[in-house]
Amino acid sequence: MGKRMGMEVAMAVAEAVGLCNIDMAAVYPITPQSHIAEHLSDLVANGEVDAEFVTVESEHSAMSAVIGASGTGARSYTATSSQGLMYMHELLPIASAMRLPITMAIANRAVSGPLNILNDHSDIMPQRDSGWISIFVENGQEAIDMSIIAFKIAEHQDVMLPVNINIDGFQLTHMVEPFEMPSQEEVNKFLPPFVPHATLHPAKPVTMGAFAMSDYFPEIMKAKDEALKNSKKVVVDVFNEWGKMFGRNYKLVETYKTDDAEVIMLTMGSMGETAQMAIDQLRAKGIKAGLVKLRLWRPFPFEEIKAVIKNAKKLIVTDRAISFGGPGGPVFSEIKSAMYAETQRPLIYNYIYGLGGRDVPVGDFIGMFERVIADTANQLADTYEFWGVRE
Amino acid sequence: MALKTWKELPIGCVVSEPGSASEYHTGSWRSQRPVWDNQKCIKCGICYVFCPEGCVQQMEDGFFQADMDYCKGCGICAHECWPRAIKMIEEG
Amino acid sequence: MSIVENFDLFAPRLINKKELLSPGHRACSGCAEVLAVRLMAKALGENTVIASATGCMEIISSMFPTTAWRVPWVHVAFENAASVASGIEAGIKALRKKGKIDDRYVKVVGMGGDGATMDIGFQALSGAMERGHDMIYVCFDNEAYMNTGIQRSSATPMGASTTTAPAGKVSIGQKTWKKNMPEILVAHGIPYVATVCPSYPLDFIRKMEKAKSIKGPSYIHCFSVCPTGWRCPSHQAVSMGRLAVETGVFPLYEVEDGHYRLSPDMPKKLKPIKDYFKGQGRFRHLGPEEIDKIQEKVTTEFNKLKEKAKFLKTGNV
Ligand SMILES: Cc1ncc(C[n+]2csc(CCOP(=O)(O)OP(=O)(O)O)c2C)c(N)n1
Ligand code: SF4
Ligand code: SF4
Ligand code: SF4
Ligand SMILES: [Mg+2]
Repeated sequence: MGKRMGMEVAMAVAEAVGLCNIDMAAVYPITPQSHIAEHLSDLVANGEVDAEFVTVESEHSAMSAVIGASGTGARSYTATSSQGLMYMHELLPIASAMRLPITMAIANRAVSGPLNILNDHSDIMPQRDSGWISIFVENGQEAIDMSIIAFKIAEHQDVMLPVNINIDGFQLTHMVEPFEMPSQEEVNKFLPPFVPHATLHPAKPVTMGAFAMSDYFPEIMKAKDEALKNSKKVVVDVFNEWGKMFGRNYKLVETYKTDDAEVIMLTMGSMGETAQMAIDQLRAKGIKAGLVKLRLWRPFPFEEIKAVIKNAKKLIVTDRAISFGGPGGPVFSEIKSAMYAETQRPLIYNYIYGLGGRDVPVGDFIGMFERVIADTANQLADTYEFWGVRE
Repeated sequence: MALKTWKELPIGCVVSEPGSASEYHTGSWRSQRPVWDNQKCIKCGICYVFCPEGCVQQMEDGFFQADMDYCKGCGICAHECWPRAIKMIEEG
Repeated sequence: MSIVENFDLFAPRLINKKELLSPGHRACSGCAEVLAVRLMAKALGENTVIASATGCMEIISSMFPTTAWRVPWVHVAFENAASVASGIEAGIKALRKKGKIDDRYVKVVGMGGDGATMDIGFQALSGAMERGHDMIYVCFDNEAYMNTGIQRSSATPMGASTTTAPAGKVSIGQKTWKKNMPEILVAHGIPYVATVCPSYPLDFIRKMEKAKSIKGPSYIHCFSVCPTGWRCPSHQAVSMGRLAVETGVFPLYEVEDGHYRLSPDMPKKLKPIKDYFKGQGRFRHLGPEEIDKIQEKVTTEFNKLKEKAKFLKTGNV
């Protein structure tokens, strides 16, 4: 049986990873991820986790080292944030092209400049097209659960892709929350040993990362896209298995009071909890408000999203990053393209908010609803606005 | 060999046939070819050691020969052969 | 000096017969860099895993869907061969300890060109060496970014003309002295640093084997003549490397636990560097004054090295 306990989420993530029989980790410190690096080092130093902890000199080398280790067939882990993730950027599509099931926690933090250490999603968004499975978590329990689930998804024979788990920096990583930590026996039962598709070992010499010209490159890209799209089914299956075993059920898209909702809000990550309070307050006032929380960012769950929002009159997509000079928030443009061909679809509004750690209290979410509801002429639909920015 | 479709690609584009580059014959690049004069050869093996292609082999009689499928005609073997047992001649 | 004098008559018998880099690779005709890579693979043998940086040797050996490699080999990016190798080393170590793979000892090797090693991958290499991984890193130094069209690197020698530091009316080409990479690695305090050149195959192989026998990090700096980039005839690739050594432009030595030893192949008296310069198009524009200045530097540097070899002597190796 799992154990109920309270602990800082970042440390709990390290504990959870420690239960996964990892062989190797290479983690470079960066706020607000550092406590994962430190606590995992502690676990290794105390012999509680039997793994090689490589104290790399940069995030570029962290990702390079886990690619190398995963190539040998070692279960390999890393974690980073913001500038560190940007520094890894070059290697992310290589890891996925090589089909290496690395898992990585991202303590989401705003990207410079200016330098800022607080939470938003501007670090993960530029990695969107790297070919990784990308999951967002809402609370500490989910951060722990996904840290374990990620290995099973990544290493599934039909997947073999790297996975990143997005955990809002400070907002989640530095919270002390109560949660249930699975036991070692439970994790052993849930997570089978890693069976790699090929390994760097003289027992069977292979070449990985060969050079491909135009005669093969498009086929390779197509194969990668199919692999990522097909992983959705496995994600659902593994979530279900987890639910059966631990009683905590996860869906690709989580809904709250959406059945009869006329106005729906969509969030990703920790803001979901505050937004949910806003829904309750709005419902108390008789407003048919609902909430959709997007858990799986890549592969994008088009069908699941469509099914839950298509009957609403208005949809408020919230974004914690912006595509400068572009269509607004990245989630917004994704949702818009998902709904483009639908005959029945809501008007879609977009608020860019909570950037660089700016606090977003319940009242702000209510404010967004009120503004959208007041827009009877539909003038604000299909465009984006910065929320709460001083004019 | 027919090019593979996307479905036929090995997972992660791993190449699992060691040395398969030898399917490609670099001999066609050559404009000169080395010719051995075994009378002068002292079987030192220098030509074998210095060939960048690794295409010079020792025969059963102890003399050396290049595999013309791969020899690029660089002339290193001829230049390094101290007893001058190898001559480069124009391909024609 | 004749070739045979400093070369064993029965070389083939001393060298691993197996070609672990197959023919069919796409290196230019007469490439001494690929010759060095071929000899390295022979010296290290089959129980080796190689992580390669982007560059000539990567492109020419791994044309998908084929490979010239007969040992496990991986390429990830330009600047990270050393970090990839350190991950491989950690992975194999963990798996071996846990009995998840067979128990043979595997040597992990990082390889890259001078650009990959001395410029863009400098930090990754420094990190990997400092961390003490059980690995060899080999820098194949052809003194420029050849794969991308002969651009200068920090390994390009003073006065050489490259496509980004070309000789011109008001420029001699490269305006800086070659970075002394082996010395930087010596400063890392690693157990073994050596310079090699494939023109000296037995010295080359002995040093590779030495590096292989060391449990810990070692660094090999390999002088690799590139006929294409240096504008010299392909048949001279091996003799040009020999001239670099004989003129002291690239001295062969090794440093074991901080103790220096000049290779026995080093001549007592150096040849003038003009002998080495004259066969290469990249130096053709240099006048006598410039050559004198470079000669002075080469002599000074070689004397410094001799002093180190005198005062920081290797024990019985
Ligand atoms: C991050 C990055 N920057 C630049 C390049 C382009 N590039 C590829 S190889 C190379 C030069 C390689 O030079 P070197 O390491 O000396 O190897 P060589 O080809 O000379 O053997 C460059 C500039 C790249 N692939 N990646
Ligand atoms: S180098 Fe010349 S002498 Fe030596 S083995 Fe080759 S052909 Fe014979
Ligand atoms: S000419 Fe060059 S490629 Fe041909 S056998 Fe001689 S050394 Fe090898
Ligand atoms: S450019 Fe130079 S180093 Fe590159 S393959 Fe050609 S000869 Fe070799
Ligand atoms: Mg180079």
